[in-house]
This record gives sequence, structure tokens and C-alpha cells, in this order.
Amino acid sequence: MSEFPTSAKVVVIGAGIVGNCLVGHLSDLGWTDMVLLDKGPLPNPGGSTGHASNFIFPVDHNKEMALLGVQSANQYRDMDRSVDSGGIEVARSEERMQELTRRMTSAKAWGVEAHLLTPAEVKELVPFINDDVILGGFYCPTVSVVDSLDTGTIMRTKATDAGNLQVFANTEVLDVLTEDINVPGKTKVTGVVTDKGTIECDYVVVACGVWSNRIANMADAYIPLVPAVHQMADVGPMDILAETNNEIGYPIVRDMDTFCYERQSSGSMEVGSYGHRAILHHPDEIPSNDEAALSPTEMPFTQDDFDPQMETAIELMDFLGDAEIKYAINGLLSLTPDAMPCLGEVPEVENLWSAAAVWVKEGPGMAQVVAEWMTYGYPRVIDPHASDVSRFYQDEKSDEHIWARADEHFIKTYGIVHPSEQWNSRRDLKTSSLKAQTDALGAYYYTARVWERPHWYETNADLVEKYGLSERATEWDNRWWSPIIDAEHLNLRENAGMIDLTAFQIMDLTGPGAVAFAEYLSVNKVDKPVGTSTYTPWLNADGGFHSDLTMLRLGDEHIRVVTGAFDGGRDEHWIKKYMPQDGSVTFENRTEDFVTIGLWGPNAPAILGQLTDADLSQEGSPYGSVRSIQVAGTDVDIFRISYVGDTGWEIYIPWADAPGVWDAIAEAGKDHGLRPTGAGVYAVGGRLEKGYRLMGAELESEYNPVEAGLARPKVKAADFIGKEAYLAAREAGPAALVCTLAIDDMNDSKGQQRYIQAGNAPILTTDGERITDSHGRVSVVTTAGMGPSYGKYLCMGYLPVEMAEIGTKVQVMYMNELFPATVVATTGSAFDPDDTRLKA
Amino acid sequence: MRVLVCVKRVPAPGARINITDDGQAVDAAHLGFTVSPHEECGVEECVQLVERHGGEATVLTLGPVEAEEQLRYAASLGVQHAVLLSADTTQWDPQRTASAIADAIETLEAEDGAFDLILFGNESADTGGFQVGIRVAHKLERPIVNAIKGIDLDLDNSKVTARREIDGGREIYELPTPAILGVKEGLNLPRYPTMKGRLASKKVEIKVLEAEGDEGQQSRVTLLQPPEQVSNTVKIGEGVEAAPAIVDLLDELGVLS
Amino acid sequence: MSDILILCEHDRGSIEPSTLEALTFARGAFEGDDLHVLVCGEVDDLAPLGEYGATAVIVAEHDMLRDFSPETWGQVLAQQIDDMSPEVVLACGTSRGNEVLAQAAARLDMPFVANVNEVADDFADDDETEVTRVQWGGSLLERAGLEADTKIISVTHHAVEPVSAEGEEAPSSTFEPEIDELYARSIVIDREIAEAGVTLSTAPVVVGGGRAVGSADAFAPLEELAELLGGRVGCSRAVTNNGWRPHSDQVGQTGTRIAPELYIANGISGAIQHWVGAMASKKILAINTDPDANMVTKADYCVIGDLHDIIPAVIEEVKKRS
Repeated sequence: MSEFPTSAKVVVIGAGIVGNCLVGHLSDLGWTDMVLLDKGPLPNPGGSTGHASNFIFPVDHNKEMALLGVQSANQYRDMDRSVDSGGIEVARSEERMQELTRRMTSAKAWGVEAHLLTPAEVKELVPFINDDVILGGFYCPTVSVVDSLDTGTIMRTKATDAGNLQVFANTEVLDVLTEDINVPGKTKVTGVVTDKGTIECDYVVVACGVWSNRIANMADAYIPLVPAVHQMADVGPMDILAETNNEIGYPIVRDMDTFCYERQSSGSMEVGSYGHRAILHHPDEIPSNDEAALSPTEMPFTQDDFDPQMETAIELMDFLGDAEIKYAINGLLSLTPDAMPCLGEVPEVENLWSAAAVWVKEGPGMAQVVAEWMTYGYPRVIDPHASDVSRFYQDEKSDEHIWARADEHFIKTYGIVHPSEQWNSRRDLKTSSLKAQTDALGAYYYTARVWERPHWYETNADLVEKYGLSERATEWDNRWWSPIIDAEHLNLRENAGMIDLTAFQIMDLTGPGAVAFAEYLSVNKVDKPVGTSTYTPWLNADGGFHSDLTMLRLGDEHIRVVTGAFDGGRDEHWIKKYMPQDGSVTFENRTEDFVTIGLWGPNAPAILGQLTDADLSQEGSPYGSVRSIQVAGTDVDIFRISYVGDTGWEIYIPWADAPGVWDAIAEAGKDHGLRPTGAGVYAVGGRLEKGYRLMGAELESEYNPVEAGLARPKVKAADFIGKEAYLAAREAGPAALVCTLAIDDMNDSKGQQRYIQAGNAPILTTDGERITDSHGRVSVVTTAGMGPSYGKYLCMGYLPVEMAEIGTKVQVMYMNELFPATVVATTGSAFDPDDTRLKA
Repeated sequence: MRVLVCVKRVPAPGARINITDDGQAVDAAHLGFTVSPHEECGVEECVQLVERHGGEATVLTLGPVEAEEQLRYAASLGVQHAVLLSADTTQWDPQRTASAIADAIETLEAEDGAFDLILFGNESADTGGFQVGIRVAHKLERPIVNAIKGIDLDLDNSKVTARREIDGGREIYELPTPAILGVKEGLNLPRYPTMKGRLASKKVEIKVLEAEGDEGQQSRVTLLQPPEQVSNTVKIGEGVEAAPAIVDLLDELGVLS
Repeated sequence: MSDILILCEHDRGSIEPSTLEALTFARGAFEGDDLHVLVCGEVDDLAPLGEYGATAVIVAEHDMLRDFSPETWGQVLAQQIDDMSPEVVLACGTSRGNEVLAQAAARLDMPFVANVNEVADDFADDDETEVTRVQWGGSLLERAGLEADTKIISVTHHAVEPVSAEGEEAPSSTFEPEIDELYARSIVIDREIAEAGVTLSTAPVVVGGGRAVGSADAFAPLEELAELLGGRVGCSRAVTNNGWRPHSDQVGQTGTRIAPELYIANGISGAIQHWVGAMASKKILAINTDPDANMVTKADYCVIGDLHDIIPAVIEEVKKRS
């Protein structure tokens, strides 16, 4: 064994599937001088990898999970550590049958072969299933079973053989060392202390699975996840399985409605469950390798929790009842507050990276994401924004929050989750000072991470009748939706709406270096006169989108960054990652100093005009300008901008003064048809009619500003992140363009009107073929919703440049049905394409 | 035929057993619970005896209410009746334990008839007192042999033949029934419960008796970790190249015949 | 001066080494006291008892003592305890030793403490005293309190090495115990003799194999090596659970406890169950691919590597030298 090192470039903690694949990928990308540590023995150090059921269903509604699942499955295949067993999700309920049509749609989107089967067809593939209890199945032939331990060894050995890695098992990390840097709330990693010695290093990667948060906490950082039990029992032997002479000879069956799976393992069947109560543990409750009867993450089986699962499993496969339970565990895996992984650099500590809350099914792919992220500054394989560990706000990092949310979503592992589904637990973490007013107006709140946002107001129900609107035909399309949203929309276009936008994340950059630094982050020119603003992308080094936001020039040395609630954490991390540490720039998060009220609609100038002496004309308050004025006797900043397509302002009001201003505007708007208006209009209908793009939907790192239609005629002289790639993208021209489609006929084959919910519905040719551009990027719906003023149901999405023409006919798949659609805008607006309403 | 097996709920530890701060017990915070391998074989033997001879098997434990888990496990393997001799967590030394179990057996037998055969594990996995079965046998005035790895019950002739492994062979004992045996792992290969067995076990009624008995003369002062064996392992080589060094060692230790 | 009564364990006349362990322990713990040895039935040669420190030998002679019977021996011992009222009754904590002590204690309704490693000072004379004994097969120790005039204890097997006191032959007396046949119902009616040769518990070398051996067939080289060295093959619980070896080969808490000159542990991780059965070995050589395996870190010697390569090479080397 080699001497224990005192220094290294990178220390990776955790030799499970993720840590092993990470060092393999990093080695391939040219990293040297790496050390991999694990407190357990090799090849199975006792983490979750060691007891994983090791199968991959490549279909997921979520793009990151689906594509990284496929990516991972392919990596296992390339290493010859994978068998395509096939897999079937069976339905016992009509609701599940509908969900399976949704699965078909997602399979189409990601290009995964899939078939809907009748019960008899399921039985042909799985002769021991009781086809009386099922209504059908969703069959995916490329479901695979992998050897995650062996794969880990191959990846790890690749790095050691290349001379880039030293591995130390049975080595426990006792502390993660940091030093102060001149960035508020942030330190920098300098090393790790282990029971075998201290290693000074530049980078530390936490790939410790269920232990990750404990390790991160050593550096006062957070990887918000909680160890949770997934029960599994191995029952057998069964002759019919043994006769296959194979680790797996029959397709895996997921009994979705009972939250169970049955997966052959040689002569036995592994019955796994996500149907029991959420059983969560603190990392300190996990025994050491020495103390554990099996492995640390194979905790004692709590039989009572599993009993109901056994009953339903026997219903599905009678022979399970007489087979012996040879091995049963409460296997631990990682759950996060939002059910997505924790990848990337942690925001609290420079060069401390997280590769955690990753399951075997996506391990190699997610490891590649982190390796590329460390190498190129942002991953190339996919945009992982939904997995970015910096997405969490502080309120989301507490054990209370992690446990409550994990408790709530564990049962959804096999559940039917609506794309707009809201959380029940841990609500009201962040609310506007307008809450009393919005409550009184019957606001129905959705969350934007921790922030509560009124999505519509029940007190506007009268408008539904006025505009002749109604509920949607199917429960699914109607779920998490109200016709009031469309009514508020139409009223805004006719009169005016006031929108509580307090969830906006507001960050100030001040100091002599503030403007130059802001310039460095932004594609568009920020160094403009005080009182102006810049809407701009922030790109990564490869020229893909990291953010899109507005930057207000409030002073010679003062830039205010305003971004959406979903991206506040990521954007703050990005700023702190790049901000100069010489003291020339000061960062301050001002989010909770201001309430933002949006006031838009043809009557907006008249309403606001009653409350101020300021010049609100297009000359006095031109589009994009920021003015400090008095409204109803309160000092506010008004910012003339619109995300809904009608003229008006975002009004920034000191927190405590906001209720008074809200009331004054409401009073002034009484005779102008002003209504409180929810985010349903702001975030979907309004912007969709205008073709305005949203970070995380239309804007992802895989696309560039040219393709998103956000390239300006000229490129500024100043340097900025991603400039070189951006220039190249301009040179090359777009391979795809963001388009707006109108659905021509919303009736499905049963004659029901259907309303496509976003969630990556595939856009197909009129022949029903998937559409991919010259880079292989698939066309899917990025946003969908009613265009009440346009009069049609609208979808946004990218189309290859040759199809991106107004009038192109395509189809959109939804619930496994095809709906004809026509391109109505390419990078522009379907509604009011000339922006005359904005100029009013 | 009626057979009884007595089991004891014990933690299922890993390679290191931790002790609670008060030194009175094994820290079982993250441990599951089980019975000793000897007792598992005892349960299996009872199930097999019933399969072979008909009749009914009963499992009995003295312990906390949580020991219901071990009773249900036995029931899931086919034991028909379960008795919890409910005992608080204060000290139950071998004399007191045996006295309470003997009383309970007398109660059970008064209600439903004598047990032809009663099985104990040779010794418990945790305290290893090597005596409760023998004390019970004495109180019930029944014969007992320990360390049994083979049982043939001859109901017609009211006798049981029991095999015990010794160095170099086996001793064959014969005892008149009703009898008691202390059994060891290796007696049989215990089965695992089936799912249906488990579900059925939940319907087995557990008879609860209060454990009584005078305090014995042995008490626990404290549990201790054994002194750490400091072994400075001498690495004498790696891979096949180490073969000559290994044989040198054999020679040095005088085991190379 | 106290009376210490020690049970002689013998198998149809030949004294077991465990008896000498008990005597050696008693000499240390009860220095200066009278060490009476009780022999149930006839023994070929009483000389070792004196040699190892017995001050007196009492031989119980009875027709029913021609072979071992736990109940009969227990009766005889109980009777002797009753007659003598010794301060301490002692045997080695073997299968028979513990059984006979428990039988006697049950008859007298006296406490019995099994598997003691250490007794308190003035143990013999105090009627409230303490012992240190093993629990969990040796993974834990217990300090136990004991309230008794006569303290019946067994000393943990292999806890002491028998050491000769080079004593004279002890004076012996005989007596005929009263044996109630009613309570002597557990009798040996037959014996099956295993194939001749050393047994697992007496073998000078044990070649052990764990899960890493991989299959029943893969034990063949281990068999060959054991045979070459005049030893026996042992195995871990994982191996018996897999059905690769009979349970009689299992070394461990619930299997056989071994004490060879050398234990060669091949591919054995060293779970506690196994370790407590092997820890009395004089020397342990661990062969394992994992340098951090429990067995490796606890062994006296280790070789890092694959047993499937190393054992055949060792066999070759042994053959070459003989």
C-alpha cells in the first residue's frame, strides 16, 4: 500500500457508484493527483450502492432524470456490466392507466422504445403474473439491470491504472478544512482530516451518499438530504426463476399502484417497496461498518411496515406467498427536499463539491455531469439546473425542512405526480408583507421554492362568468388550475392587473468594481446611464444559458440584479463564484428589503397617475427606465418593463410600506377595472402569448442566445463569461429556434378537449416522427398554456431552424394522443407581435 | 404430541458491540433483534417434529413486550402457539429466569396437557449462562441433555434419542419423555419464513403470562469491552511470492510435519 | 484456608486437558487453598492431577459412572458439595463442564456462574463477591456480583494455558455416592466414532476458509494443505449457510471453538461470530485480498493476496521441502 499522502489536487470522499465513476471521468478529462477515500472496505464499502436493486427504467417525466438515466444505462452497457431485462409498469387503476399513457408520451420524448400492453400481453412476458388484478402495462424493453459494484471498480481502476488516483479504503474523514476568503458568507476548502492523516488539497468532492450532509456540515456547508429507508425482501427460491439460469431472465415488474417492484435475482425475487411510511434517519443513527450487523445502510428490517406490501405482492404473483424470505432489509437511500439530486459546487465553500443524492440508476451520468462541471465550469452533457446544489435557499437546508419534504414525497416515488403539483408541508416559509391583503382577496398560493406567490384570486371568480370561461373537461387538465387564471388574464388585457412579485430575488452589487464585474457576467451592456436597465443572459463558458435576468443601473457604483425566485440561489452562487475578492465589489442580498408590485394593462398609466405627480409618459418613464418617485406618499422605484405584454411597471417598495401602496393602487384602480392578478397570468399566459422565455424552460445551457432569439445586433466590446463561445455561435447561426405553436384541434380521439400540461410533451412531425436538430437536441414542449387573448392553446419549444417558420405544421403528443399544431411565432410574439400595447 | 421451544430475544450485533452508558446493556439503538442460532434450530426442530408426528408446537419467551417479534417469527415458520412471559427489564439471573419459566410451563401444561418435549438453546447468545434449561428440567423433574445436534422422538415408546457431538464422534443419548433437550446449531438447517407464513403469524394469538420468580443470587455489575487485543500484524508477503515465507513460518511454528 | 472443589473432566478414563486448565486457574486464583479434585468414575492415571496442583483427589466409584451422564455426574457433584461445603466449586467451561456444574447447582438451588475469566480478591472467603465473565461468546465481558457461601463457577475454556506445577501425586480417596436412578435418565446408549485422526478442536493446524473461497469444490486445496500439515479444515458461518461445508466444520461462537498452534484464515473477513471461535488460536495467519479486513488486522501474520493463487503455491512449497 502506498504511503498516505499529505497533499493532493482533488480528494473524493466516498467510493460508491458516484465517487468511483467520478474519479474515472475526471481521470478521462485529464485530472491527476486525485485521492479517493472511503471509511468502509472495498469493493463494497457499505453505502447504498452495495444493496441497490441495480435496475434502470429509462423513462422519466423529468428531462434530467430521464436523459441521465439513459446516459448512465449506456455507460453501464459500454462497460459490459448491464443486461437488458426489459421492464413493465403495471396498472391496477384507471388513473394509473392514464399515467401510463403519460409514460408513453415521455418515452416518445426521450426516444425510448415503449409499448402499452394488455393484461394478456403482460402475462405473455411474465407468465407468473396474475393478469386479473391488472388493467394493463407499460413495457420498456431497454430496462436494464446493472452491476454497480463492478462498474465502480472498473471506473476506479481506470483512474489508478492511469496513475491519476490513489485509493484508501477504511479511512474515515474526521473534518473538512477551510480558510476565509473575501466573499460574504463563503470560505474555501483547503483539505481533509482523516483517521490516517491530513491531506491538503485544492478540491474536495463529497460523494458520500446518505452521509453527505454530515461531511458537508464539517465545512459549515449543506448538502440537503436525509437517509431514508427503502424496504426490500429477497424471497425464493422459485423454480421458474432458477430455470432461467440467469441473474435476470424475466422483465422487472413495477406494481405502480402498490408502490412495489418485483425484480428477479437468479432463483429468487427481490420485492422492493416505496409504499411504506417514510422512515427517515439522522446520519448519526447509521451504524459504523463495525457496528452494523449487515452493512451500515442495510438496517434492521421493520417487518410490520412491509406486511401490507407482501399482501399486495402476493395478489400480483401468487408464488411469492410460498417462497421463503431469505434476506430483508431496511435499505437506506438519499432523499432531498425536492426529490432531485445535489450536484455541483456547494454555495458556502469554494471548491467543495457535491455529488450526492444520486441513485445507481443515474450514477455514472451524474458523475459525468460533476466531472464536466469541475473541468469546464459547467456540464456539457446536460443542463443540471434542477439538480444544482446551489438551488436551495437557507430555509430548505434545515433538518426540519428536509425531513418534512422527504416525508411528503417518499410515497410519490412511484406516485402519479402532476407537473404543477404543490407541496403540503413547510408552507409560508417566505411570504410578502402583502400577505394579509392577498389572503383577504382569496389568493390561492403556489410556491416558488420557499416563496409563496398568489397564483390566482378566488375573489375574481365573477370574471369567469363575465368572460364566459369554464372548467376543463378532464380532471387531470383541471388539476392545479382554475379558469380564474384566464379570467384575470383577459381582465389585465382589457383593464389592468396588479401582481404581487415579492418573490423576486434582489441582489445589489456596489463599489468601484461593481459595474465592471456586472459587465463581466452579462452578455448585454450594463454600463449604461444611471436610471437605465439591462435585460441580459448570463452565459457559461461554453456559451449556454446560466441565467436570464434584469440588471438595474441605480448609481455610478450600484447595480441591482433582479431574478426569479426559482433561480435566486443559483444566481447568487454564480455572482459569488466570480466576484473579485479584492474588496472592489460588495454583495448584498436585498430580497427582503423590498416588495415588488407589478401593475400592467391598458389602464395602468391612468391608475398610477392618480397616485403620483411624476411624469409617467413614454418620455418621462420610457421602457426599461428606472425612476425613484413617490407613489401615494411613499418613496418607490418604478421600473418600466413588462413580462406580460401590456404597458406598466414593476414598483419596488420598502417592505413595511408596501401594504399601504397596494391599498392605494387598489383604490385608484377601482374605476379602471383593476384586479389583483396571480402568477398564473404573469408566469404562463401573459408571457406565453408574448413568447417570453423562462429560465429552466426555454432557457437551458444546451441552447445559446442566438437560438433563443436573444442575440442583439451587436456584441459589446467588454469581455464577459462565454463571450468566445457566443461569438462562435453567432458565426455558426442557430441550429434550432425557439418557437410558439398554436394547437389547431384540442380534441383527442375520444372527443375530449385536452389541455397539454408542460412536462416535455414531444413535438412531432405530421408523420408522427420525433424531431431532432443537427446537434441531436429533441423538440419538446417547454411551456404550455392557454393564450386567452390570442384565443388558442399555445406551446413553446425549439424546432430545428429549417422547421422554424410561421405556418409549419407539426403535432404535439399528450397522453399518448396526437394534437395538430401550427408554428405561430419564431423567437417573437404570437400576440401583439409589434408590441403596440407595450408602447401605449 | 406437544412440543415447546423456549427462545430469548437478543440484539443482532455486528463486529463491534457497544454498551449503553450505564453499562447495563448492549446498546441496541440501531440493531435488529433475533434469537440465537441454537434457538433457531430449536424452533425448526419443533416445526419438523409437528410435521412428522402431528400435534402442536408452542414457542415461549421471557422478556419485554417487544419480544412478541421473536414469537411471531417462530409462528411465521409454523409454530402454532406463542406465549410471552412478560418480564420487566430488571435483572433476571438464571435462577430467577428458570423458576419463572418452570412455573409458566406448569401453568400451560395444567391447561392443555404435558409437553412431550421441550427444547432450549444450549446457551443464550448474549449472557451465555449455560443453565436455564437444566434448572427448568430439574424443577419439572425431567431429564435433560445439552449440546444436542440430532433428535429422534419415539412417541410410541415414550422416549427420545438425542445425538451430541463430541471430539472424535458422537454420543447417543436416550431419555424417557417428557424430556428436555438443550440444542445446538447444526441440529438442522432452519427454514426462512414465507410471506404467507408471516401474514398468518400476525393472526396467532399471543398468550401473555406475568413472569414471576424470586431474585437470584447473581447480579450484573457492569458490562465491559474486553481489552483491545493489540496485534501488530506482521505482513509476510503479497500474492504467490509469499509462499516460501509462509512455509518458513510453518516451519518456525513447528507445524510442518 | 479454603476448600476448592474441582471437577475432573475425563472421557471414559482419560483426563481431558480442560481439567488441567481448571487446576492451573485454581492454583493462581486460590493460592494456598486446598484443591480437591472430584473424579466421577475411574481414571486411568491420576498422576496429572497432582502434577497440576491438586492437593487431594476424591474418586467416586459407582456402576453408573462407567460412562458420562450429565445427570449422574451432577448428582455426584451435588452430593460432594453437600458433604464438603467447599467455598468454591470449579470446572473448566467446556460443554460437559458447564453442564455438570449446572446440573449440580440446579439440584442444590445454588447460583452457578459460567465462563469466568477472573475472580475478585478473597473470592473464596467472601460471600458477597464479584467475577469477570464472558458474554457474547467473548465479545463482551461482564462484571457479575455473586452472593453465595459456595460459589460454583466455570473457568472460560482456553482462557488459561495448562501449566504443570510439577507437583507430587495427590493423595486420593474413594467413596461410593448414592445415585438416584430416577434422576439419572440421560444416559449414553451408543457412540459413533468419526474417522480417526485429529478433530477440529484438537488439530494443531486449522486451515479455515470463508465466503471468498467461493464454492464447495474450491475447498479442495484447503483440504490438501490441511492434510499435508496434519490439520483440519474449518470454515466461517457464511460457508455453512451456503451449504459448502457441514456445520461440524464451522469455527465460531455457535460452532467449534478452536485453539490450534496455527490458524490459517483464508478469505475470512473476521465477523465477531467467527472471531470468538478462533481467538484462542496460538497464532493466526490471515490470507486475504483486503488488507483492512478484521481478520487481517487481528492476526499475528498476514499475506495480502488471493487465496486461490496462494494456497496452491504453498502446497507446492511444502511438498518441495518434505
